[in-house]
Amino acid sequence: MAAIEISGLTKDYYVGFWRKRPWRALDNLSLTVERGEVFGFLGHNGAGKTTALKLLTGLIFPTAGTASILGLPIGSPEAFRNVGYLPENPYFYDYLTADELLDYFARFFPLTPEQRRERREIVLEQAGLTEFRHVPLRKYSKGMLQRIGVAQAVLHNPEIVLLDEPMSGLDPVGRRDVRHLILQLKAEGKTVFFSTHILSDAEALCDRVAILHRGKLVGVGQIADLLQRQSGFEAILESCPPDLLPRLQQLAAAPIVASGGQHRLEIAEQNIPQLLSYCASNSVRLLSLNPLRFSLEDYFVELLRTREPASESPAAGSKTARSYRRRSPSPATPSGKPCATACSITWSLLPSS
Amino acid sequence: MRDRVLYNLVAFAVILIASAVLFGQISIDIEKVILINIGLSSISVFGLLIAIFLGIGLVYKEVDKRSLYPLLSKPIRRWQFVLGKFLGLNLTLLVNTLFMSAGLWAALYYLRRDFAPEDVHIWTAIYFILLELFLVTAVCLFFSCFSTPVLSAVFTFLIYIVGSSASDVRAFGVLTRNPALETLTTVIYYLLPNFSNFSVAGEVSHGLPVGSYLIELNTAYALCYSALLVMASFWIFSKRDLK
Repeated sequence: MAAIEISGLTKDYYVGFWRKRPWRALDNLSLTVERGEVFGFLGHNGAGKTTALKLLTGLIFPTAGTASILGLPIGSPEAFRNVGYLPENPYFYDYLTADELLDYFARFFPLTPEQRRERREIVLEQAGLTEFRHVPLRKYSKGMLQRIGVAQAVLHNPEIVLLDEPMSGLDPVGRRDVRHLILQLKAEGKTVFFSTHILSDAEALCDRVAILHRGKLVGVGQIADLLQRQSGFEAILESCPPDLLPRLQQLAAAPIVASGGQHRLEIAEQNIPQLLSYCASNSVRLLSLNPLRFSLEDYFVELLRTREPASESPAAGSKTARSYRRRSPSPATPSGKPCATACSITWSLLPSS
Repeated sequence: MRDRVLYNLVAFAVILIASAVLFGQISIDIEKVILINIGLSSISVFGLLIAIFLGIGLVYKEVDKRSLYPLLSKPIRRWQFVLGKFLGLNLTLLVNTLFMSAGLWAALYYLRRDFAPEDVHIWTAIYFILLELFLVTAVCLFFSCFSTPVLSAVFTFLIYIVGSSASDVRAFGVLTRNPALETLTTVIYYLLPNFSNFSVAGEVSHGLPVGSYLIELNTAYALCYSALLVMASFWIFSKRDLK
């Protein structure tokens, strides 16, 4: 039995004041999350990630489609016995202390007072909040609230953990702690389903990821397959004479980047002997030659670009897409490569209509 | 019980009841009547304020602040949440009313240094106030399931005002001899909760007993009407998307 099975899940919201018209937040989402895997749910803001998670937790009702958690239909209290959920930007009763809040939530599960105390100790320790357990939540920072949110999600030792933007608002140490916690849950054999738009987190943690764009699932596949793909090599050269540059450029797959007396070029594997020959004959120092790895970020940006209508600026229409592009580390970007086509070999790329 | 507004209101009500002793001292021979009337009115008004202030946000605030999300993802049903909020607020109101009642009894003892046998009827009046608050909480809960706190407060307050003068509204309709108006006021009389039945401060302040028939009728009325409103709240909330 799969941990989570989603079939044709669709959600329409009705917008407008006088003439209500439907707005599709999630469109015919179908996917399966296997037990014990860490599954990342990616997409820019407004892509439908939170909507999907709210549907799974029964906070909103689907317009069409079905979903089940461990074989139980969503929305039934029985389905939640083995599910922990962290909402996006969680808010808790701020007059309670962490200890009181966790004890309150633990009472919804069939745990003895001793088990409740034991579980509180464990999750407070995991969240790094043991020393703040008696402090009212109104005095907590955003990062601490996020951590108590994660703590309450894993409080009853659930088999499936749903996390909506778990890294949101966390400082680098907090992010590292949550990443560590997710890996720990994976090691314990739990299923973790989390949404994020921080691709480095997804890349570091997930076995598989799904990408949502405007409510539609546009790609789903294994991170391992994607990251194993090489898309060429990166060479760093020093003492490169200017007259050699045009010849090197003919070998390179992208414009050569000059910086601090060094030149960086991306080169296909078959051109490496020619490069070495040029270096030897022109006394050019080859400082490094490393394989370029195809990053999740590259895949994500290119995938969204191919999904945008031709009339629009490719993937640059949204603020989020622009920010991804800015953050993209240029040394690892295989510019000009038909990424989506390449990825379709290992990834199930879904039709755009 | 950690909401500071509760302490402010209870403290203010107790002070008001204590000040009734002063009002009583300037009233010749009717100190006790004045004290009981002001005391019961204070308990009623401040109980009403607490019920409305807390009741209007019972569900709305939880949805708005999203404190409900981690809660509803636990193995509970939505109606259980709504029922829990309703009973929780009523328990809070019971404790607050008992505090304010203690203030009234203390003022009464300070005034006479003794209790008369007919003073026991004050408890009936306090019980009726509790029934009234029970009903007001149900109205607040109902509106809180689909409306903003401000609108819920306005609706509840209007219903309380009209419901407190339900008999007068119906009598007015009869007096007009206009069939349409008469029908309208009769519908309002039967549709809206009739709060005027719960006011017996005048009788008990004069030491008059309250009939057991009225106690039974008011109890049944408050329970049935509240049950209908709470069930309507269950239904509305169970269908609602929590955006």
